[in-house]
Amino acid sequence: MKRTISVLVQNQPGVLAHVAGMFAARGFNIDSLAVGRTEDPNLSRMTIVVLGDDATLEQVRKQLGKIVPVVKIFDFTGQNLIQRDLMLIKVAAPPEKRSEIQAIIDMFRAKVVDIGPKFVMVEVTGPEEKVEAFIDICRPYGVKDVVRTGMIAMPRHGKSEK
Amino acid sequence: MENEKPTQSLSQSPPTQGTKKGAQVFCEILQREGVDLMFGYPGGVVLPLFDALYDSPIKFVLSRHEQGATHMADAYARTTGKVGVVLVTSGPGACNTVTGLATAFMDSIPLVVFTGQVKTPLIGNDAFQEADTTGITRPITKHNYIVKDPRDLVRTIHEAFHIARTGRPGPVVVDLPVDVSVADIAHHRGREEMDLPGYKIRSEGHLRQIKRAAEAINASERPVIYAGGGVILSDASPELRAMVNKANVPITTTLLGLGCFDESDPKSLMMLGMHGTAYANYAIQECDLLVAVGARFDDRITGDVKRFAPQALIVHIDIDPSSISKNVKVDIPVVGDARNILSRIIEFIESKPREAWFARINEMKRKYPLTYDNSSEGIKPQYVIEEVCRQTEGRAIICTGVGQHQMWTAQFYRFSLPRHFVTSGGLGTMGFGFPAAIGAQIACPNETVVDIDGDSSFSMTLNELPTAVEHKLPVKVCVLNNGYMGMVRQWQELFYGRRYSKSYLQNPSFAKVAEAFGAIGLTATKKTEVPKVIEQMLAADTCCVVDFHVEREENVWPMVAAGKGLHEMDGLPTDTSERV
Ligand SMILES: Cc1cc2nc3c(=O)[nH]c(=O)nc-3n(C[C@H](O)[C@H](O)[C@H](O)COP(=O)(O)OP(=O)(O)OC[C@H]3O[C@@H](n4cnc5c(N)ncnc54)[C@H](O)[C@@H]3O)c2cc1C
Ligand SMILES: Cc1ncc(C[n+]2csc(CCOP(=O)(O)OP(=O)(O)O)c2C)c(N)n1
Ligand SMILES: [Mg+2]
Repeated sequence: MKRTISVLVQNQPGVLAHVAGMFAARGFNIDSLAVGRTEDPNLSRMTIVVLGDDATLEQVRKQLGKIVPVVKIFDFTGQNLIQRDLMLIKVAAPPEKRSEIQAIIDMFRAKVVDIGPKFVMVEVTGPEEKVEAFIDICRPYGVKDVVRTGMIAMPRHGKSEK
Repeated sequence: MENEKPTQSLSQSPPTQGTKKGAQVFCEILQREGVDLMFGYPGGVVLPLFDALYDSPIKFVLSRHEQGATHMADAYARTTGKVGVVLVTSGPGACNTVTGLATAFMDSIPLVVFTGQVKTPLIGNDAFQEADTTGITRPITKHNYIVKDPRDLVRTIHEAFHIARTGRPGPVVVDLPVDVSVADIAHHRGREEMDLPGYKIRSEGHLRQIKRAAEAINASERPVIYAGGGVILSDASPELRAMVNKANVPITTTLLGLGCFDESDPKSLMMLGMHGTAYANYAIQECDLLVAVGARFDDRITGDVKRFAPQALIVHIDIDPSSISKNVKVDIPVVGDARNILSRIIEFIESKPREAWFARINEMKRKYPLTYDNSSEGIKPQYVIEEVCRQTEGRAIICTGVGQHQMWTAQFYRFSLPRHFVTSGGLGTMGFGFPAAIGAQIACPNETVVDIDGDSSFSMTLNELPTAVEHKLPVKVCVLNNGYMGMVRQWQELFYGRRYSKSYLQNPSFAKVAEAFGAIGLTATKKTEVPKVIEQMLAADTCCVVDFHVEREENVWPMVAAGKGLHEMDGLPTDTSERV
């Protein structure tokens, strides 16, 4: 089962290696990991999608908590989340197929960001399922390359937050 | 502790007014942290640090190998509760500390290990004696640092000590590039206060959980307390004893918990687990409540996890939330410092007779005592240990290597004092015993320190003999010499049809080896010689090694074979495996 956790870490050399190393050493499976700065220059945020059951996730949380530069851990399990994955994808697009492909792009509210003689590059954002559905639908045309950021997530406003 | 080191000059280059080298600051901060002793070995990139130590009151113990230095510091920490400190050079020096770091990490021992590093502009260039020390040691340290900016030096050292000694203790590495050691710190003043927003320790237990734990104890008919290394780390032995006595509950300890309770007390079940006593293991399988204190449900004590303590409600007191429900599902977790929690739990405890339960336990003690056959002419290893225990009145600091001799020591030395048993439990590091004994003797000059070692284990680190001799340390070494890697041989006997593949060794005369290094060397080959030679050994005022030629194919019993339930022990006295 996929779970999303979000981890605030001190911006220090070696933190990423520490977190990634802990996952590897303890045999936890990472589905995706996205790192970026936050509004506070001293902190970065890692969004980690983990594969595992409740017990595994509990250990993941506790083991993350032991890493000294890890400041805070948010377990988004069961929360109402906005989740986004950003993808750049190159799809084979010979002239006779372009309008067909454009229709798909429009349906997904995706965006063409580059066009070459044989390929179009498309930017797709959205929840993972949407991004994956786009890849599937493009497969028959020929997918040359895919780059994804990995998922980031934020909970929707809750009851505590007015 | 707060006394500042008088500003003395570096021997070669007297500093001009207002300058202070990183290396000098290093010595000052160590003193501020209360360090009066460190272990280690010099090399190129740490020469500025060693030069500053030349003028420092901090005592330095030079080992003969960096692994030895880390084990010495480890035993210093285990016997005193203080942080053990090590200083070594980059590359090969740092790499040689890896085994010692992992040993300390597995057993939660507070160390700060300073490693030299090539100068910052060269890092990553495969410079001479460069190794990625923080990369190599990350998974075997509680935390590690590389100081790339002299402004971070003071803060980093303070943080390293704080992290090593607080919470669940552990080793911390601080990698120091040589340019930081020679930088003028006066011109690089940075923030000195610690900056650890993510490092939180829960040492106070939650009152509701404490009450729930006490109620569970009060309600139980067949409770057992299972105490581990955490009790010793938190110096909670007096509180534990008070609680056990008030509640009137039988208690078993792990290998690392030995000494936290007096084994001569009738409530003691001694050690549990793979080579624990039959009555401790049966008590676990029959109990209705198991109270784990500072213990981590290691696979050597649970046997088959699915069948561990099948009838028990489980209470777990531990400072590290990740220890809780890691291997065994816990019903009542109490996160916090053992000493803190035990002293508060005791208020809510009611005394109960539990006659039926103690009767059952005493019956098991009668039926399945720890024994061995001592009728032969030859020397039984267990007998040597019993005799050492008798002559030291069970009050010596005992160190061990890893193997059969380690298990026999746990079984046949009667421990009654905390911080008196120094052994590598989690990593099981052969060669730990002798350097550990050196570190323990330096830490506790007035105590008798005996290393009960295996021939193969001792062979791994006997290169530290000159260290003991140089420092005039009266460390005693009992080599239980069976000419085998006995523990390996035992498994080959039991599980590999007696095919003793590469588990025997041709040993030197350990007595002559000792003499060559300037220590006393003795040999015993007959049972009748044992009491006398131990007397001689204990009377020696310098390092003394006794080579006991023991029965070669003795086995450690009882034993819970891999995958078996804790009650499925082999090698019981009557060999009637009791089903629960
Ligand atoms: C050959 C061999 C055979 C072995 N056979 C056995 C055997 O038969 N029986 C046996 O018991 N062991 C045996 N061991 C040792 C075993 O491998 C483990 O090392 C040992 O069981 C762990 O002990 P522990 O659970 O007390 O944990 P430790 O490693 O001592 O862990 C300490 C626990 O206490 C916690 N803690 C730390 N500080 C505090 C504090 N202040 N307050 C509260 N909690 C704290 C920690 O978080 C941790 O959970 C054997 C080892 C070897 C090498
Ligand atoms: C460094 C290291 N290498 C290998 C092992 C595996 N091992 C465990 S016990 C043992 C044999 C120990 O022999 P010895 O020191 O003679 O003790 P004995 O069992 O004979 O008492 C070995 C090889 C280990 N624990 N540590
Ligand atoms: Mg041996």
